Amino acid sequence: MTHYPLTKLALVLALMITGESHAVEQQALYTQSLAATCANCHGTAGKGIPNGSIPNLAGLKSDYFAEQMQAFKSGTRPATIMHQLAKGYSDEQIRLLASYFANRQP
Amino acid sequence: MMNRRSFVRAGISLALLGGSVSAFAMRGAKVVVIGGGYGGATAAKYIRWLSMNQLDVTLIEPNKEFISCPLSNLVVGGSRKLSDISRPYSTLEKNHGVRIVRDMATQIDTTARSITLSNGSQMSYDKLVLSPGIDLNMASIEGLPEAHTSGQILQAWKAGAETLSLRNQLESMPDGGVYAITIPEAPFRCPPGPYERACQVAWYFKNFKPKSKVLVLDANQDVVSKPGLFKKAWEDNYKGIVEYRNQHKAIAVSAKEGLIKFDVQGDVKADVINALPAMRAGKIAQQTGLANLANNRWCGVNYQSFESSIAKDVFVIGDAIQVAQLMPKSGHMANNHAKVAAAAIVAQLNGLEINPSPVLTNTCYSFIDDKNVVHVASVHEYVANERTYKVVQGSGGVSTAPTELEGSHANTWARTIWSDMLE
Repeated sequence: MTHYPLTKLALVLALMITGESHAVEQQALYTQSLAATCANCHGTAGKGIPNGSIPNLAGLKSDYFAEQMQAFKSGTRPATIMHQLAKGYSDEQIRLLASYFANRQP
Repeated sequence: MMNRRSFVRAGISLALLGGSVSAFAMRGAKVVVIGGGYGGATAAKYIRWLSMNQLDVTLIEPNKEFISCPLSNLVVGGSRKLSDISRPYSTLEKNHGVRIVRDMATQIDTTARSITLSNGSQMSYDKLVLSPGIDLNMASIEGLPEAHTSGQILQAWKAGAETLSLRNQLESMPDGGVYAITIPEAPFRCPPGPYERACQVAWYFKNFKPKSKVLVLDANQDVVSKPGLFKKAWEDNYKGIVEYRNQHKAIAVSAKEGLIKFDVQGDVKADVINALPAMRAGKIAQQTGLANLANNRWCGVNYQSFESSIAKDVFVIGDAIQVAQLMPKSGHMANNHAKVAAAAIVAQLNGLEINPSPVLTNTCYSFIDDKNVVHVASVHEYVANERTYKVVQGSGGVSTAPTELEGSHANTWARTIWSDMLE
């Protein structure tokens, strides 16, 4: 029974990879869904339309994104609408969004 | 970042285990979307996108082009053309591989998981997204079914040919005439819509037929959306043109006499009558029994996923659903429902947990004239222990006043959301 240990090893490896990749995929899907709540105005994955008046989010540095969201929240950056929308997102959600958009192609 | 490799890797590792059906169901599982409005088109695109194009998606939609309800009041007012607010469906096929079937779904068998089309053919599904929009209950106003069929009394509450017909009625009306819009009790599609339309018709009259009048005859106690902003606009911009009357529930119309009758108030005469009847979930939802709430008007859903509360693997989105507190029946909201449903479907078919805390946003821009705009906005979070959405405390609000800056944001919003759903 020389290939039994190999099968067992494959099984253990498979379990490890599956468990890990499921957790990663799951979080990635949730973050994409959260970012999709910005897409209606800022474009799918933060990529806006040409010559629009609403800024692109794709490729913004994560610190800059988070600072601006906090500034909208606190009212230090004036806005027509973002001061009202930013207040709907928690600090943790802003962190997730900042990292998501920083990793998108502008 | 989820990528194709991680899906494949999960598939391989599960294959070694001889394991989970769900991960294998992912590739090639069949999703059908009925209705290509703000909800359905978004769902079709996002299911393809979130699944890395692993899911087979078919969109059933009878129209060749998407025509937007938001901004269609500007076509009624004459500052836009229908072509300005139309976009082809073909980009969904070209850019995302969505199969488009130009037909109407006439029957759904939620047990057999099959759909019958008006051409008689059948189609099966693993998951179904139903985005049927609204049905205008013409019979709720006596005389309206006949007046609508003859083309004399219009609604133009689904953008398209009727939008142009209403525009033609206004153009044919002599200066000094009266345009009356009747508004049903809430909830109805697009809460600010009737009031924005009053502004757009008033803008046209002010510029081209200054002796004419706009009567807003509302079944509700007060203006349903942005009351302060609309009333101020009528006072500041359209004094002597717009007259608002609350508690006017239309119960009968006569096209021949140009007459509207109300449940309590006296009769009103008008040259152009724009009667909006009570609304309910689109016909297919009624026929299938999916409209199970509020006297069978709206479809009950599990808000975490938008899966029907009575039919497994059927996800109902958009104006057809029984809404949670402060959730408007708007295109923007339908786009957000679609994204939550799309993610839930992708999760289910990939053996993942459905997002425990989905978020929805809403933004409704309203044009006061051809350039100046006001908004209402909100952010809604899913509250698991109450199984509903609530507006995040402190979020949302309305404009302080109409501005041209918000006008350019409204135009950008429209072009962006059309791109977000179709391109």
